[in-house]
Amino acid sequence: MINTKREGEIRIPSGCAISGIINKDGTRIDGGRVAQSIAVMHDRSNGLGGGFAGYGIYPEYKDFYALHIFYNGQTVKEECEKFLEEHFEIINLSKIPIKRIPEITDVPLIWRYFVAPLPTKLADSQLDENEYVLRCTFSINTRIGGAYVFSSGKNMGVFKAVGFPEDVARFYKLDEYSGYSWVAHGRYPTNTPGWWGGAHPFSILDCSVVHNGEISSYDANRRFIEMYGYKCTLQTDTEVISYIFDYLLRRKKLTLTEASEVIAAPFWEKIDAMPEEDKRRLTYLRTTYPSLLITGPFSIIVGFDGGLMALNDRLKLRSMVIGEKNKTVYIASEECAIREIEPSLDKVWSPSGGEPVIVRLEEQK
Amino acid sequence: MPINYDDNIYEVVRNQERCVNCRVCERQCANLVHKYSAEYGCMVSDSMSCVDCQRCVTLCPTRALKIIKNPNSYRDNANWTEAAIKSVYKQAASGGVLLSSMGTPENYPVYWDKILINASQVTNPSIDPLREPMETRVALGKRPQETVRDENGRLTGTIKNALFLSVPIMFSAMSYGSISYNAHKSLALAAQKLGIFYNTGEGGLHKDFYPYGKNTIVQVASGRFGVFKDYLDAGAAIEIKMGQGAKPGIGGHLPGEKIGDEVSMTRMIPKGTDAISPAPHHDIYSIEDLRQLIFSLKEATDYTKPVIVKIAAVHNIAAIASGVARSGADIIAIDGFRGGTGAAPTRIRDNVGIPIELALASVDTRLREEGIRNDISLVVGGSVRNSADIVKAIALGADAVYVATGALLALGCHLCRSCHLGKCNWGIATQVPELVKRLNPETGSERLINLITAWKHEIEEMMGGMGINSIEALKGNRLMLRGIGLTNKELEILGIQHAGE
Repeated sequence: MINTKREGEIRIPSGCAISGIINKDGTRIDGGRVAQSIAVMHDRSNGLGGGFAGYGIYPEYKDFYALHIFYNGQTVKEECEKFLEEHFEIINLSKIPIKRIPEITDVPLIWRYFVAPLPTKLADSQLDENEYVLRCTFSINTRIGGAYVFSSGKNMGVFKAVGFPEDVARFYKLDEYSGYSWVAHGRYPTNTPGWWGGAHPFSILDCSVVHNGEISSYDANRRFIEMYGYKCTLQTDTEVISYIFDYLLRRKKLTLTEASEVIAAPFWEKIDAMPEEDKRRLTYLRTTYPSLLITGPFSIIVGFDGGLMALNDRLKLRSMVIGEKNKTVYIASEECAIREIEPSLDKVWSPSGGEPVIVRLEEQK
Repeated sequence: MPINYDDNIYEVVRNQERCVNCRVCERQCANLVHKYSAEYGCMVSDSMSCVDCQRCVTLCPTRALKIIKNPNSYRDNANWTEAAIKSVYKQAASGGVLLSSMGTPENYPVYWDKILINASQVTNPSIDPLREPMETRVALGKRPQETVRDENGRLTGTIKNALFLSVPIMFSAMSYGSISYNAHKSLALAAQKLGIFYNTGEGGLHKDFYPYGKNTIVQVASGRFGVFKDYLDAGAAIEIKMGQGAKPGIGGHLPGEKIGDEVSMTRMIPKGTDAISPAPHHDIYSIEDLRQLIFSLKEATDYTKPVIVKIAAVHNIAAIASGVARSGADIIAIDGFRGGTGAAPTRIRDNVGIPIELALASVDTRLREEGIRNDISLVVGGSVRNSADIVKAIALGADAVYVATGALLALGCHLCRSCHLGKCNWGIATQVPELVKRLNPETGSERLINLITAWKHEIEEMMGGMGINSIEALKGNRLMLRGIGLTNKELEILGIQHAGE
């Protein structure tokens, strides 16, 4: 590790496996199930990164931001906690429970804080609550060396490490958490990052992204999004995709479908032949956010409060399958990962390139 | 004094065995180099007047001619070069400012040639443009800031008065007067068929070309030649010319002999008078004045057209461009110092300004640092020579490029750099009717269309190789570029890594 650059100092392309489950009726399932699914695609990852995000896992703290933080050591933890105390009311803090296993090594300190912005600080900042939390996490990640916030949403949490995803699930004891939706990721980077922060999912507030592919538009996307206060510290595709979603959904107030139409825009040829209304909307979106078009292969699952979205690049250069059984929707890189946990599906299909599949909790519809 | 400063730079070499005395060369040369000698019974030439435009060589039916550099040379001197010495002779004899045409021939670094383009291997597939859609369409103009919806939640925003280009290339400003009627017509026809734009330059718009208005950018320069309501209304966009890369800080000068009936009418100045545009716009002495002119033009055209502000690449270009971006302009055009001209003082052309590659990179970076890059479009020109230059320009951050010299080459120009003499044998930079008619606008436009179409194919191939299927994803994608043989400082300004990194 000594001779290689850490993630963020160098751009590392990677291939991957992704998997996601959501119960539309809100029934909670434990994280072991999605781990079982992603484990089938073992060969799509190479042990250099695995991770999960679960939604609805902290119902008792659902009104507070759950910050998951990696620390290199005790000193930086103290420095970071001082920062947290200055900016937040800390409702609860604890070590995230882990199980020591031989497959997962070089374990950092992993802590969890349930917080609310300090009302006076929030008022002074003239920001809304989400933006305030976002800026604080950017501050920690860019200014406090050795501290890294890897999860910052409400009633959701990210769990990730260097290792195969099935080992990461055991390490974090994910079968002890239950949520209405889960996403999982197994990573196949072309270089050894050896850093936990570089594993996926990548999340920003309650929006988390797992991604398979290598986007060719990366630097165009990065240089655009960095104009608006985002800092791509990891130089990964997933990070920039997460910021793009945050920018389009939260800042620009676009719908998920509209955001998909920006990042996986239909070809002009198709737009030109569309009815006037669609043509106008798509022309507006493509010409307003040309630098947020994502090219190159990708399949992604976006987790958000109350739902999941699956999306492929517009040429469908990566595999992605959707399966349905009663009120449960499964998304995975390969069908086998779905069949592993639900052999008899009502329906199974592959969405076309650029076609977003959005699944929401029924009560929120 | 017997010092001949204009001595034979070129020598006409005629193969007498091949020459059939058909006298084509004599008829084709407006510089009167060739003539038939009855005394000797063969063609003779006066190399003194030759500008090496290659017209006679190209048209000689028996390939009997070639033009070579005169091997006669002064004593070698790395400091006082022959050119430097001759310049002194010229000025000592004439007392005048040295004049030149087209872009500087001096040996300055061409950064395009020190940048390499990426391609996909293994982790990311390349895309075959013959089998998959490949998009080169771009929209230029100001982009809306806020998401606006109607009562049904539908998006109602629109990019106002955008210029849509089928490929991110436009023909840059060349005035009617500096180039011929037929050259203008070739550009107009080609722009229309290609779905791109050509630019009137500062000489107004000939009445015959109004029908091409949808593909025309009309220019407003410091001389305001030919500017009136109908002219502004005719174009798809209005360009305010603040400067030109080949001659930053000075205006233009079209000599009276080029101002014939048609040019006079189009420019709205008396026939035979010199058309001199002032160095600055006399209503723009600062940035706030520019804002007023931009909005005057917008008012005059009911806010239906984008306004382009064209500036020459000079040292402080990033700050200037940032000021322009905030002044209400929709598009900034930056012209690099290697750009062409119909006539410029030699010393200015060869010494003032900076290369477009560095100007583009620093402007794009600055506008991003200030968070305003997406508010405005950026067009660059000043020696964009081929499709690879275009790919590099876009990856550095340009929305589109302006091409002029390349377009003239397509029309037959051989870069003899003698435009200011007005005797262009190719019918381009001349107003002499017999010369102008040598350029057939139909043929000329076909050659322009061929050129841009060929470039489009090449751009698509390079994009496909990078796994990019829309030009939008190439814009500002500097990770696709690497420098070769550049210093750290150059790499820092260009915002790219060195090859191998």
